[in-house]
Amino acid sequence: MANRNVKLKFDELSSTLGTFKGLEIQIGRIMDEEWEEPMGPTPMPSVSTLRSWDRKLLNRYKPFYMPFCDLCCLCTYGKCDLTGDKKGACGISMPAQQSRIVLLACCIGAATHAAHGRHMLNHLIQEFGKDTPLVAALNTNVEAPHVRLVCGIKPQTIGDLEEALDYVETQIVQLVAAAHTGQEGDNIDFESKAFHAGMLDHVALEVADLMQIATLGLPKGDPEAPLAELGYGTINPDKPVIMCIGHNVLPSVDIIDYLMDHDLFDQVEVGGLCCTAHDMSRYNKRSKIVGPISWQLKFIKSGIPDLIVVDEQCIRTDVMDQAKLIGVPVLATSEKSCLGLPDRTHDPAEAVVNDLISGRSPGALVTEPRKVGEIAVKTAMAVRKRRGEKKLVDLGDLKEIASKCRTCMECIRACPNTLPIMDAMTAAKEGDYGPLAELNDLCVGCGRCESACPADLPILTMITQASKDQLVNEKYPIRVGRGAIQDVEIREVGSPIVFGEIPGVVALVGCANYPAGGGDVAAIAEEFLKRRFIVVTSGCSAMNIAMTRDEEGQNLYEKYPGNFDAGGLVNVGSCVSNGHITGAAIKIANIFAKRPLRANYEEIADYIYNRVGAVGVAWGAMSQKAASIAAGCWRLGIPVVVGPHGSKYRRMLLGDQGKEEDWKVFNARDGQEVYVGPAPEHLFYAAETLEEAMVMIAKLAMRPNDTSKGRAVKLSHYIDLHKKHYGAMPDDLHLFVRRGQDVPFTMKDEIMKILEAKGWVEDRIASPDPTLLDRMVRRRE
Amino acid sequence: MNTGQTAEIAGPKKANVVPNPDVAAKLISRAKRPLLVIGSESTAVKTKDGDLVDTAIRVMRNEKITVVATGHLVGEFRRRGVTKAYSMGIFVLGKHLSDPDWRGFDGLGSYDAVVFAGFPYYMEWLVESGLKNFSSLRTISLERSYQPNAEWSLGWMPEPDWKDTVDKIVSRLEEGK
Ligand code: SF4
Ligand code: SF4
Ligand code: SF4
Repeated sequence: MANRNVKLKFDELSSTLGTFKGLEIQIGRIMDEEWEEPMGPTPMPSVSTLRSWDRKLLNRYKPFYMPFCDLCCLCTYGKCDLTGDKKGACGISMPAQQSRIVLLACCIGAATHAAHGRHMLNHLIQEFGKDTPLVAALNTNVEAPHVRLVCGIKPQTIGDLEEALDYVETQIVQLVAAAHTGQEGDNIDFESKAFHAGMLDHVALEVADLMQIATLGLPKGDPEAPLAELGYGTINPDKPVIMCIGHNVLPSVDIIDYLMDHDLFDQVEVGGLCCTAHDMSRYNKRSKIVGPISWQLKFIKSGIPDLIVVDEQCIRTDVMDQAKLIGVPVLATSEKSCLGLPDRTHDPAEAVVNDLISGRSPGALVTEPRKVGEIAVKTAMAVRKRRGEKKLVDLGDLKEIASKCRTCMECIRACPNTLPIMDAMTAAKEGDYGPLAELNDLCVGCGRCESACPADLPILTMITQASKDQLVNEKYPIRVGRGAIQDVEIREVGSPIVFGEIPGVVALVGCANYPAGGGDVAAIAEEFLKRRFIVVTSGCSAMNIAMTRDEEGQNLYEKYPGNFDAGGLVNVGSCVSNGHITGAAIKIANIFAKRPLRANYEEIADYIYNRVGAVGVAWGAMSQKAASIAAGCWRLGIPVVVGPHGSKYRRMLLGDQGKEEDWKVFNARDGQEVYVGPAPEHLFYAAETLEEAMVMIAKLAMRPNDTSKGRAVKLSHYIDLHKKHYGAMPDDLHLFVRRGQDVPFTMKDEIMKILEAKGWVEDRIASPDPTLLDRMVRRRE
Repeated sequence: MNTGQTAEIAGPKKANVVPNPDVAAKLISRAKRPLLVIGSESTAVKTKDGDLVDTAIRVMRNEKITVVATGHLVGEFRRRGVTKAYSMGIFVLGKHLSDPDWRGFDGLGSYDAVVFAGFPYYMEWLVESGLKNFSSLRTISLERSYQPNAEWSLGWMPEPDWKDTVDKIVSRLEEGK
């Protein structure tokens, strides 16, 4: 594997074709042999290499399936009814079918990040050269923990990342093939493959983000990354407004460069939505972040944008219709989302601009990022001029529109959060727009109510109009995504995390499909920041954290520092920055504990699982990408909590605290198999309420390796939150207290009484050097 | 009939609509070990007793029926002076209920009829799907919207009718019918 690549260089070569000077031929890449660390056991694992590790986890956290559809319609034998113990024409059972869908979701997610990474890689290598040094973060040697761990490569240049991405792409093909009719038939094997997709996903995330960090001057792990502006109200509608939506920052970079080169930044507003916005602000903090994905449709409907630029992922697939409603053109910039538009990549910029301004074309597809800037800026400026004063959407008298409501309830039935839209319409009929405005914070901006309404009421636009006063005042600071965690930070916190004195790392990530608004994410962040957890965030969640202020008008980014330490609020950046969060866990195992990293997946995952009290929280998880990101956490042994809508991923990975036999580990010191209690109790858990989630997060931070001091700290948070929200002590303390010293001092009497009543015996729960891997046992007695 | 959320349509096996409160009460009272599962939205659901938590507390007077609150709702029972209600995450409960070896909250055995009320629509939809497919339990939804994955569901009705229906079901249970 190491030498499948050959590089030939000739100062002068004479052949029958003539004489060539300075000729360089490269076939693949020569494996870096400067890395002293020996190759570990699993370089570039294939689909089944880590199957036994997955099965260890899946044996503890047995899937509970909740079919979201009882049918299968994937081939022409179908539709097949799989209800109960029925089988499909191919022989597949319901559990296998559900896990197959989970696998497909994870494959779509991983493929999306890999394709994103591939686009970055091709474009940025072309622009900067493959030998551009891969500098990921300040004070950091372990530049790419996932690539090192999974692929066994130590990349030194951006070109070195190509091999990692080649591997990821090859594996995704294998995984998708496993979902074909008449292939995999066992649900646990499907689950293991979903874990594999998750692992690949994190490699792809890392590649994509490192590419842009190394070449585009994004912050390099800087805890004091600058503050940028976020919110609807940060955009001045009087200026031409370019609105960039999606996840791939390259077209937006060209827009920013064009504005800088032509000294136009003061005259044009560039705002972003979703992760493109994060990465734009990382590139240049003068670009504005409008908000999370849930703001997309609302912001378009406001009429503020003069041009909509879409790149990839999570963009409205009906963006052409929406743009038409406000009379502005669309620039599509990704082959993955052509939107039916003519390919104008190779046309002169002026011609494209003229067609867009005149309305001859409703939009254009321009797939070369370096051509987007000029077209976008010129178009937005001209469209702004054309639209004159009247660009903001004004539906007129809302009372009159609301009077057409037939009180049929179809909107409520269509609304994912069952919001009281009809009542708001009834109030609006009377001229009271308060209830309509109140819906804004709870609405995820999906537009389903509008498409359901038989009276064609522009419900979402009405909500936006009713909450206009509130929206224009929305201005918040957000610390821009800093990227990776520095090695020096890992050295500082490694010990307190592993021994449990920092009570945990909470990663608030993912989309904005919230059950009751984004304020919940800020509430979780604040709760755990106050408790001196390390709070890491990214994506839409990082934006929503910014959008809540305290009485003094400060938000959490103003109140808490950005370093990776107890009480730090660390915004890593966009979706593709999530790899740095799991990367930090990997680096704790490698840098702090000195576990070999190179191609050594099982050992590192085993270390993280038993020692690093990290919990992923995706309160508004929506996408397949969120599924694959979660799957990458599961394989590393990091539990994930999702909000209520996350239950639609249709299967949970739940432990059973009552089954003692499930919670045994090897003691690496003597080879004994010992009971360590249900820590962490679940691997994938959907919480019904915010309060339930908070208690669960605190509980899932416990690990078998906690010292007594650490366990006491963790228990005190679990107990405190439980008392606060459940009105009583937890009834499972006897499963988490191993010995007297584990009991939080201030609650000793109360807890000992409870333990006695449960028949608790000191040291029945062991405190070994925990491992699930037999081969990690150092000495056998 | 209104099926609750628009796209949440039933599969080939779908809930029977409970024709009247007597039938619902009989389905529950005939069970050997009925379980009432009360969801996090219960404080927002008004009933003739006050809200669904109050109604659940009324049901608890019937010794035969076990009550479990999901989410963090048990705190609400405790605030109202009731300590007898159990607490469990909805999907952990779903998993236990689909395990024939589960011994229940009191260790005396699992339940044979499970009644749901007070949930976000889709969460109940999902857990009942799990039970429909992976258990042989009798499941009964007392929501105002039709829940297709239960075995029996009240079906959509206007709020006053629903309040009446729930009150009648609980009264019948009190009468031991
Ligand atoms: S893949 Fe299998 S279950 Fe699905 S439609 Fe085809 S035969 Fe039926
Ligand atoms: S746009 Fe908002 S109000 Fe309309 S259905 Fe979606 S979440 Fe509900
Ligand atoms: S769907 Fe339209 S007409 Fe029906 S209640 Fe809602 S707003 Fe009124």
